[in-house]
Amino acid sequence: MDKMLLGRYINGDSLIHRMDPRGKLFLSFYFIVIVFLCNNWETYVLMTAMVMLFVKLSDISLGFFIKGVRPLIWLILFTVLLQIFFSSGGHVYWHWGPFTVTDSGMINGVFVFCRFVLIIFMSTLLTLTTTPIEISDGLELLLKPLTKIKVPVYEIALMLSIALRFVPTLMDETTKIMNAQRARGVNFGEGNLIKQIKSVIPLLIPLFVSSFNRAEDLATAMEARGYHGGEGRTKYRKQEWKRNDTIAVILFVVLTIALVVLRK
Amino acid sequence: MNGIIDIKDLCFRYSQENEKLDLSHIDLHVNEGEWLAIIGHNGSGKSTLAKAIDGLIEPEAGEIFIDGEKLTDKSLWNIRKKIGMVFQNPDNQFVGADVEGDVAFGLENQGIEREEMHARVKKALEVVDMQNFAKHEPVRLSGGQKQRVAIAGVLALRPKIVIFDESTSMLDPEGRLQIISLIRQMNQTEGFTVISITHDIDEASLADRVIVIDDGQIIDDSLPEKLFQKGEQLIDIGLDVPYPQRLKLELKKRGIQIPAEYMDEESMVNWLCRSILKN
Repeated sequence: MDKMLLGRYINGDSLIHRMDPRGKLFLSFYFIVIVFLCNNWETYVLMTAMVMLFVKLSDISLGFFIKGVRPLIWLILFTVLLQIFFSSGGHVYWHWGPFTVTDSGMINGVFVFCRFVLIIFMSTLLTLTTTPIEISDGLELLLKPLTKIKVPVYEIALMLSIALRFVPTLMDETTKIMNAQRARGVNFGEGNLIKQIKSVIPLLIPLFVSSFNRAEDLATAMEARGYHGGEGRTKYRKQEWKRNDTIAVILFVVLTIALVVLRK
Repeated sequence: MNGIIDIKDLCFRYSQENEKLDLSHIDLHVNEGEWLAIIGHNGSGKSTLAKAIDGLIEPEAGEIFIDGEKLTDKSLWNIRKKIGMVFQNPDNQFVGADVEGDVAFGLENQGIEREEMHARVKKALEVVDMQNFAKHEPVRLSGGQKQRVAIAGVLALRPKIVIFDESTSMLDPEGRLQIISLIRQMNQTEGFTVISITHDIDEASLADRVIVIDDGQIIDDSLPEKLFQKGEQLIDIGLDVPYPQRLKLELKKRGIQIPAEYMDEESMVNWLCRSILKN
């Protein structure tokens, strides 16, 4: 399970690490929006330069980001191939049945590839430099306006932080149950598809039961510690908007303007 | 006389279909600053009693008074402020994403100001000697450490009563000793009223008073030294006796004359040394 990069956090004390999670969350989403402003070489080069700057500032080696791309590589290649083989317009290089390869199709393919990689890099940057707690705290603050339309933001944030806190615990448990069942002769990941699906049952059922038991225990423990809903609760952690964050926001505003100017 | 906990004729059953009561006619009186151990075999109702005291389950009959206040729906939250509970499974009571956050959870629930919270969390972590782990996530802690964090969470709330519900049963011997010495410290130097529910006879033998529960009833209520003299009787109801008492029983079987009164480890060692020197 070590290979999983989802939600992995790498400890550090870089400029990016010290940013306010609210800022990081918001800018990560915003980045996905402005990636779609790119439609020519200049804009992509500018965008890539920007992402590289952030990667550099985070003090995390490029290898981690490339690892982040890996699980999605098939999706990316599939999309790129679709772009290459099924676009029309421009000079036709090759033509066979429904497939056409044109120069604009090739360029679009490269653009789509860049777009994917940039978005993945940026979201990996968010998870690598922000602890799960910070993410859930940040989300709570970002979503706070929604309390006006009766969205239970506080409860959602608590759910999220408990879920994140239990991910490693349940992973451990999964490994343990798998080993215990293996010791009794279950073969995981062997045989045909139906056999494989069947072999998951002795893993999933105990896992569900133990999750419910854990939930029950946790609920009792929370209640015993005086938890009765979000009302009147204070927050232990404080999030501070620092100069870093303001600079980052300004950078993004400048970037947006540059993109709008450069795009055709 | 009013104690910190007064229970009068408490009855409880988990399901109405059950004919038998899970707790039947419990009367209990606990004095302030006392360390009370509750022992009994599996399924005897010890944990149920603890949950009833904290209002986590609703009794069928009877009354519970905590610090002079009757436990009702209205006073429930106020009473929970006076009681801190440490549960059995160290993993399942860790609410926060890291140590600090977990210790602060109870304080957040009470709406305490941030500066005050930071001070209290720091102090509580110092007491349990976990200040170097403040930013650690639960996966990076051992069971004993998680249990110490749970105790810190209770200390930060500054309750009057602390209930340990088999808090040492899932720990290794070393973690257990650490937690027991923490319990002792909380009771003796900080003046908390401690109720410890336990299978661990050594833990029970340190208490001021021990009650034995069997089938949802209190069948014995005495000082540990008195209780553990009843060696064989205890073994009959599925309990154990402290190690020195077991040794005594074995020596008796081999025909060695040994004083009848309860001896803790130290007095046992002294007695053994003296009798060997005499021969």
